[in-house]
Amino acid sequence: MTMADTTTSSLGISDEVAITIRGMNKWYGDFHVLRDIDLTVQRGERIVICGPSGSGKSTLIRCINALEEHQKGEIVVDGTVLSSDLKNIDKIRSEVGMCFQHFNLFPHLTILENCTLAPIWVRNMPKAEAEEIAMHYLTKVKIPDQANKYPGQLSGGQQQRVAIARSLCMKPRIMLFDEPTSALDPEMIKEVLDTMVELAEEGMTMLCVTHEMGFARQVANRVIFMDAGQIVEQNEPEEFFNNPKSERTQLFLSQILGH
Amino acid sequence: MSDTHANTIAFVRETQLPPSPPPAAETGAIKWVRENLFSSILNSILTLLSLLVIFMVLKGMVPWFWNSTWNANSLSECREAGTGACFAVIRERWPQFFFGFYPSTEYWRPLLTFVLLFPALAPILFNKVPQKALFFTLLYPFIGYWLIWGGSLGGPVATLLGVVVAYCVYRTLVAQAPVIALLASVAAVVIWMLFINGFAADALAGVFGAGLEEVDSRNIGGFLLTMILGIVSISLALPLGILLALGRQSDLLIIKAICVGFIEFIRGVPLITLLFVASVLLSYFLPPGTTFDLVLRVIILITMFAAAYLAEVVRGGLAALPRGQYEAADSLGLDYWQAIRLIIMPQALKISIPGIVNVFIGLYKDTTLVSIISMYDPLGVVQPILADSDWNGILWELYGFVALFFFISCYSMSQYSRYLENKLRTDHR
Repeated sequence: MTMADTTTSSLGISDEVAITIRGMNKWYGDFHVLRDIDLTVQRGERIVICGPSGSGKSTLIRCINALEEHQKGEIVVDGTVLSSDLKNIDKIRSEVGMCFQHFNLFPHLTILENCTLAPIWVRNMPKAEAEEIAMHYLTKVKIPDQANKYPGQLSGGQQQRVAIARSLCMKPRIMLFDEPTSALDPEMIKEVLDTMVELAEEGMTMLCVTHEMGFARQVANRVIFMDAGQIVEQNEPEEFFNNPKSERTQLFLSQILGH
Repeated sequence: MSDTHANTIAFVRETQLPPSPPPAAETGAIKWVRENLFSSILNSILTLLSLLVIFMVLKGMVPWFWNSTWNANSLSECREAGTGACFAVIRERWPQFFFGFYPSTEYWRPLLTFVLLFPALAPILFNKVPQKALFFTLLYPFIGYWLIWGGSLGGPVATLLGVVVAYCVYRTLVAQAPVIALLASVAAVVIWMLFINGFAADALAGVFGAGLEEVDSRNIGGFLLTMILGIVSISLALPLGILLALGRQSDLLIIKAICVGFIEFIRGVPLITLLFVASVLLSYFLPPGTTFDLVLRVIILITMFAAAYLAEVVRGGLAALPRGQYEAADSLGLDYWQAIRLIIMPQALKISIPGIVNVFIGLYKDTTLVSIISMYDPLGVVQPILADSDWNGILWELYGFVALFFFISCYSMSQYSRYLENKLRTDHR
């Protein structure tokens, strides 16, 4: 990885703020999962969040589209304050795409129907137009020929790419990835990562929980390390990997990169 | 083939072996018989024993049917005429089995209702039928009611108008607040039925004239009664059961408490008790002077009973869905009812099809319990025949005939559920 790459990857980031999180705290019962999270994401940023399991990284990004409720602090997504108002939540969710570890495709619908469902029902789009958009994104993730199959007939990697296409059909301004490659066989990880890299190159604002450090080096402009519900360290990937500041980060990196 | 040697380790296959047919003894009828009937000594013995049992049963039954009598006026005449079954009783009493004490000149009305049932059900049961046909399905309850109970067309049309008004109320309000729209439309129906319906029905009766001869609920019986109770209760119980199941899962404490209370109460009380409530006690609770048709009361209680059971079956289906399905629906921006209708229910109901059909079949057969509150369902019809001195002592033929009818109905339901399960199978595992 050269400096040239780092500079290209910092291109396309605007001054406009996409997400602001201020003093956010979350508890599961008595258990304090997220502690005083402060994070500002500019439009066009590609952020990779890593950390040991149970450190709260998935919970953090799930708070951003209100799949989890936070109890204290403030989250502003695209200028909309996340509150318990259902209208605000639905508005934010339709602007923020999300990919899950287990894909969560709808098994009773075909690939095409999976992709057109939300545009038709949430955006009130005519069916023909929704299908056109769906085919566009399915072509982009390189599986247009599977459009009329059911999710159960596809491989894991294909399903995850469909899940990405399904999110993109809503034309989101921000994409959240929750360990998108953790449930995949090694040879399928690459096809999903390639899709994500392509997305990043087009300037999508991305927050990605992943342990794919190669991906982090290649596309991230910022890597965040979390432990015990807090952001311990964040830096540019080059600095983060070569020169980790905190002991906890050093230990984590030595374990994850050690073999 | 490649020129590999036995003593070298490295091996590269250069040609693919062609597939060859299986050995001759592994195909055809002989193989099937050997594998399925005579695969071991024990299995051979079991096969022979089973054949013996089948033979004995047929030996008893075939002559009974073969020597049966269809023309006789009493059991003693039957016994003189032949040694087999005495189906003459069914020949003589079939109108009661089918229609109860429905006036014999009006038999065409229930028959027409029955024939119209098929086009009404088709768009619901088979999605190959154009969905525009659903319009007829929506009208069918009113047509069916008018045909069977008779009277002026004004009554059903007035009720239909009430439903249309409620729908308009719902449509105008739904954009602002779906829940309020729903409540308002329910309120509109109640207000219409209590205050306006009577006047509207009278006014429309003037327009439409006297219509068909009125038939009292007490005269409806036999398979007609079973079909009315079964079909109406089934079609009302499913939506109610789904709502109860959703209510039981709800975060809203009061709704949840009401649903749990309802389900547990209804499940904890025998159906017969509820039927007695319907026939006797309900009139104590209602304001004096309100007449409430007995068939309607029974339908309401059977529906509530079946809905409580269905709610638990559907809840099982809901519980079987991974949480990720809810999250995926949420993350796409679908609201609660969209997620339930498009994502959650299609999958939960698919999982619960066997259980749902089980409840349906149970409900259908439970309708025979109404003979206890002196309604003449097929089993109720048997009683007066047994009491008749001409037919005293005849049992097999009567109960067999009733059983055959129930078997046909229930077996059709179970076959449909298997068809549906196959059609909805999309997991391809």
